This record gives sequence, C-alpha cells and structure tokens, in this order.
Amino acid sequence: MTQAAPVETEEPDVQDVTALQSPWVTIVWNDPVNLMSYVTFVLRNYFGYTEEKATELMLAVHHEGKAVVSSGSREEMERHVQAMHEYGLWATLQRSDAP
Amino acid sequence: MRSFARRRRGGITATFEPAEAHVLASLAGQVVELLRDRHGTEESSADPLGSALGIGGPSLPPDDPVLQRLLPDAYRDDDEDAAEFRRFTEKSLTSAKVANAERLIGTLVDGGLDPDDEGAGEVEVELDDADVQAWLRSLTDVRLSLAVRLGIETDEDTEHVHHREDEGVRAMADVYDWLGWVQESLIAAVDPT
Repeated sequence: MTQAAPVETEEPDVQDVTALQSPWVTIVWNDPVNLMSYVTFVLRNYFGYTEEKATELMLAVHHEGKAVVSSGSREEMERHVQAMHEYGLWATLQRSDAP
Repeated sequence: MRSFARRRRGGITATFEPAEAHVLASLAGQVVELLRDRHGTEESSADPLGSALGIGGPSLPPDDPVLQRLLPDAYRDDDEDAAEFRRFTEKSLTSAKVANAERLIGTLVDGGLDPDDEGAGEVEVELDDADVQAWLRSLTDVRLSLAVRLGIETDEDTEHVHHREDEGVRAMADVYDWLGWVQESLIAAVDPT
C-alpha cells in the first residue's frame, strides 16, 4: 500500500480543468451540394460511427444547418477538420463554449 | 452509363460512354489545374523544405470562389487562427485533392479512355478500395466546383439552374445532376444499406 505524499495545495489551474473537458468541437455545416448518403458515408467511414449515429448527425446537419460531429483536443479537431475538407465537407472547429 | 456494381470478387465496376468519360476526366483535370494555379508544381517551390514537409503555404484564402470552397477556412470567427491553420495545411490538402483527381483520371484511362479520341469505345472502370475513396472525394470536388460556377447556394437553386436562359448553364446543370447520380450510384455499390 502506498500513500500520496503531502503536497502544497495551490489554486486549481482553470486551463487544465477545461482541457480535460474536451473544450474543442468539430462542426459540419450544411451545403446544397453534398449528398445525404455521402455525408452519412463520410461520418461512418472516417469517424467509425454506426449507421444510426451517422444518419442522426447527417439529419441534424441537414435540418439545423450544422452539427457537432466530434469533440476533443484542439489538435485532434484540427486533424478532423482537415480530413473533412479532403472529403469536401464544409467543417470548422471552435471552442465548445463559443457562441 | 451503367451504374456501379460490386463484382463477386470484390471490385467495383461501372461502364461509361466515351463522351461521359471524357467529360468526367476533363472536369477532374480542370480541378487539378485550378489547384495547381494556386500552388504551382513542387519543382518551382521557393521553399523546398516547407514544400517537402507539406507546409509553408499561403495564409490568405484564395480569391477564386471555387478554390475558397475547395480550401475553406477551418476557423469561422478567427481570421488569425484560420490563417495559421491554412499556412500549415493548405499545401497538403491541395496535394491530396490533386492526387484524388489524378487517380480518378488514371482509372478512366486504364478502363479505355483515350484522351485524344472522343470516338473511342466504352470505358469500363474497375475500382479497388483506395480508388473508391479517391473517386468519392474527387467527384465531390468536381461537384462543389460546378455548383459554385452555377451559383448554387441553396437547395432550391439546384432546381432553378435548369430553367435559366443560358443554354450553356442548363447543359452544365445537367452534367452536375449526372455527377450526383454517378456518386450516388458509387455509394450504393460500396455501402449497400
């Protein structure tokens, strides 16, 4: 058995806390060009989502104009956005609490 | 064109009329040219190291609205972050799009397309998994490009372009619809759900 050594307590670092809360999101925006079947295909193919989840997200993009398709670290979201751009989907990233 | 179908051994095939294959190859080639006009060929790069790493691209978005759509901003409300992201990623995104288009053209040539002879026979393509990925992405890039040139900004515009005065626009709208059908057919063959 071991015990944590006593440490000096400090004010919690707010930035570290938000980093744990996946503060970045990837958003896919609606456009009149991409086929509904293609958007679903991309979400399944790239993110590995089930048919059901991919369809749900695709319909949210279609009806609400956009949908958050992933959340995580900023670096991860940047990779996702670039991948979406290669597929031809219109995607952006932002902080999850951005207006 | 006969729509895409999966062969028993796994390959995805389709047969195009010569004129269809020419149109598709020519449009994919035009996307390549547009992308190259912005980035030049690798040999003429002023920054060989950055070019080898696929970074060191421009930070400002392109002027051409087609390129703006093919290479969009990654940050919507932050120009500085968008510029930084673009500087580090636009070249590799461009290379990927060029490679996809060239792969699509290559499979058409393998299938019997003769770029110098529009009268040549039917073109039968056979696609493996990587070809399918390149085709789907490249078809999307071509459709996005045509949509920008046609001024398609809403779902309704897709219908309206068929009633425009200009005969050339109406012909382009038909090609746009046909490409959507080709893509739909490929997705159905790959992903029969």
